Amino acid sequence: MRFVPGSKWVVAALFFVALAIPLLTDNSYYLNMLIMVFIWSIAVSGMNIIAGYAGQLSLAHAGFFGIGAYTLGLLMVKAQMSFLVSLAVSVVLTGMVGAVVGMISLRLKGHYFAIFSLCMGVILSLVIEKWESLTEGVRGLLGIPVPKIGSVEFSTLTSQYYLILFFFVLAMFVNRQIIHSLVGRTFISIRNSEELAESLGIHAMKSKMLAFVYSTVLAGLAGALYAGYLRFLGPEIASIEHAFEMLLYLLVGGIGTLWGPVVGTALVMTLMQWLQSWQDYRMIIFGPILVLIVMFLPHGIMGAFAQLKKNQPSVLPDTTDDKNRGIERGVNDRRLAGGESDA
Amino acid sequence: MLRTEKLSKYFGGNQAVNSVDFQINQGEITAIIGPNGAGKTTFFNLISGLHPPTSGKIFFEGEEVTNKRSYEMAKMGIARTFQTTKLFAGATVMENLMIGHRLRTKSGFWGAVIRSQRYRNEERACREKALQVLEFVGASALANRSVASISQEEQKRVAIALALSTDPKIVLLDEPAGGINADETSNLAELITKMKNAGLTICIIEHKMQMIMKLADRIMVLNQGIKIAEGTPDEISRNETVIEAYLGGGAHAQAH
Amino acid sequence: MDLFFQQIVNGLVLGSIYSLVALGITLIYGIMHLPNFAHGHLYMLGAYVTFFLITDYGLSYWPAILFAVAILVVIGMLLERLVFRPLHHAPHINSMIASIGVMLFIEAIARKMWGSDYRRLDSPYDGIIDLFGLNITEQRLLVIVSAVVLMIGLHLFLKRTVIGSTIEAMAQNREGAFLVGINANKVSLMTFAIASGLAAAAASLAAPINLVYPSMGAMVNLKAFVIIVLGGMGSIPGAVIGGYILGLAESISGTYINSEYKDLAAFVLLILILTVRPTGLFAKEAR
Ligand SMILES: Nc1ncnc2c1ncn2[C@@H]1O[C@H](COP(=O)(O)OP(=O)(O)OP(=O)(O)O)[C@@H](O)[C@H]1O
Ligand SMILES: [Mg+2]
Repeated sequence: MRFVPGSKWVVAALFFVALAIPLLTDNSYYLNMLIMVFIWSIAVSGMNIIAGYAGQLSLAHAGFFGIGAYTLGLLMVKAQMSFLVSLAVSVVLTGMVGAVVGMISLRLKGHYFAIFSLCMGVILSLVIEKWESLTEGVRGLLGIPVPKIGSVEFSTLTSQYYLILFFFVLAMFVNRQIIHSLVGRTFISIRNSEELAESLGIHAMKSKMLAFVYSTVLAGLAGALYAGYLRFLGPEIASIEHAFEMLLYLLVGGIGTLWGPVVGTALVMTLMQWLQSWQDYRMIIFGPILVLIVMFLPHGIMGAFAQLKKNQPSVLPDTTDDKNRGIERGVNDRRLAGGESDA
Repeated sequence: MLRTEKLSKYFGGNQAVNSVDFQINQGEITAIIGPNGAGKTTFFNLISGLHPPTSGKIFFEGEEVTNKRSYEMAKMGIARTFQTTKLFAGATVMENLMIGHRLRTKSGFWGAVIRSQRYRNEERACREKALQVLEFVGASALANRSVASISQEEQKRVAIALALSTDPKIVLLDEPAGGINADETSNLAELITKMKNAGLTICIIEHKMQMIMKLADRIMVLNQGIKIAEGTPDEISRNETVIEAYLGGGAHAQAH
Repeated sequence: MDLFFQQIVNGLVLGSIYSLVALGITLIYGIMHLPNFAHGHLYMLGAYVTFFLITDYGLSYWPAILFAVAILVVIGMLLERLVFRPLHHAPHINSMIASIGVMLFIEAIARKMWGSDYRRLDSPYDGIIDLFGLNITEQRLLVIVSAVVLMIGLHLFLKRTVIGSTIEAMAQNREGAFLVGINANKVSLMTFAIASGLAAAAASLAAPINLVYPSMGAMVNLKAFVIIVLGGMGSIPGAVIGGYILGLAESISGTYINSEYKDLAAFVLLILILTVRPTGLFAKEAR
């Protein structure tokens, strides 16, 4: 995960384009699409922190998205609280639920963690669906008021766009700061080998908790923004299918890469729009894509991109002889593995 | 400095380490030898906190540390390398070593997000520590290489550097000379002497007897989990039980 | 009292199905170290294949079951060969994700080909038997008995044949078993074949009792995972016993707990147990 020189400019340029888009077009289709991409990118980047960096595959993140969304919706509809307060409470509450879930589940290793998180995701979505007296169940939660901050009302698409862009940029900034820091490297070291990390004095459980809680906070934030934008909620947003979709976005874009979640979400969501008429069948295409990606492009588009950049100007003397190629393969094999013990 | 009392580890019915009383003295090089499966690595795993002992006690600098976890042991100053060289794959040597010094830093999430003064100081400290230990092990040139692209012997050096980057008091080396040739072995012996001269306490597991006999101040011999002898290299090479159980044949000849 | 016994019978039926599916998952996990999230969907495919063989091709029940098992065995082997074997040495996250991909694909295919509506297969054995004063439909009895027969068959295969005992040794003791002379690829291929066959058999047996629909595999799959985590991943007796326990628990509690929350029970149970014992109920010491 080295910083690719020049990418700073690309990011800056894209940022200004994003700022200017509502000025260039008022096509609501595109704006809506971008808003959705921003929202889901935030959630997927949360999944990326825990799965891609800390190496713990969590399938409960649609559930945390649901908690964030429903908390905001319920606070605004049933408690008439203001948008900002509701947003803050949603994020904090999601993080707290995340802390409790993390405390239990992060003691589990490898597959157990993934299975546990899958069950947790099912529980969260079932609770949201069945607890009708609170969430209105399958009827859905309607009539979430227009978000207002002070006297500014976010009633138009353009204003919503800027609101959500703000949080998207904020989330990506924090992600970047974390990933390119000692904290992010600590996560990666746990993904690489929990045993080695602990022998170097790293309290793996503490780091995994941090990664997990932060990742649920991102999912909760995305959920809350989603609720404030669409202004109605159905229990299906928390369904396990959504977790699988997020996983798809993450893998296509590149798990364990900073921009992978954004690239994957944008690309796959666009593709899905084209395949609108397929709706229920779109996984006929995306299922095999998921399989092909883990087989041939385990770090997705961004990973392949970084590989290209690295290989082109071959500055380093290439000393990979036969003996080392074995190691290299072992290394690539272990890239994605979460704290697998081989002692 | 580090002392064990009747330390045992059973894996099911297998008594991998059986009631071992042992001591590592400050500033010395202590060696543990024994045939394959004798329980040497398991013993390291116990005193580095990787596995909890079945029974017995461990003391470090007078304090009981029996059930401390490995990250706590590392913080107290016990560093180790692994028999199968372990490094963080997919990262550069530098990135590996910076993580090695992470335990001496305090910055957390917010410090990293806002890049606080303390965070920046600590990151610099990690980087300086990394360069310093790399120079110490004579591998400065490798800083920006990916760990996958360096040779077996270089990986061994980097693994030692990684242990040193934690600012340890004791370094446990599990077969540092395994799988490297004679020249490289003598370089490694030099490095270990240099570590001792720098004031570190060292405990080493090794099958290469010649190297051990030259380096070690004291040797413990394990066989089937039991300590069968302890003493200076001279005493050990004359010890009948040891010769019978272990040294006999080729290894014996090699030792003289 | 009568109701209670009825619930026991229902529990045994459910348990038979859970056990057969869980056995497949646990075998695959034991051999390949892969939690196959697509396994429940093989079960679903098995049910559809049986259904169409009977309704569209006019096969009678038993030949349809045999064909369905055969077809699923082939599909299972194809999956092993094309997807999971190439990923065998990849990090465990990768093969897990691949199994999710396979799962999504199978379900979408089923929706595309057969629609999302529920289908009912008429049982050829819809008579009612009086068993010690207890009324039980023939089909239910058939499920219970066939499951036992299949398990005995599997047991004999694992104990009496060379490849079977290799599979068992490898499943029960992942690290230790380096049995010579048997090709590891053959073992994993066989395992997938057996596991898929068991899932298809379970589905065919249960099809006349339950409805057939594309997402029918998802819940069975999740519950089978609950079972094998409880029973110890890779443990064969654990899968069988766990399956019956969960089936009975669900069926009996179903009379007392609001059925809305019935599905939750299994997962809450799992969470509670993993909270207390992070490696599952019957797992050996972790390291
Ligand atoms: N994690 C473990 N689980 C079960 N048994 C173990 C474990 N680690 C070691 N053992 C057993 O303990 C015994 C001692 O093994 P250990 O690795 O400590 O030997 P060693 O002296 O380091 O041998 P070598 O010289 O080959 O490295 C062996 O019988 C081994 O099989
Ligand atoms: Mg050893």
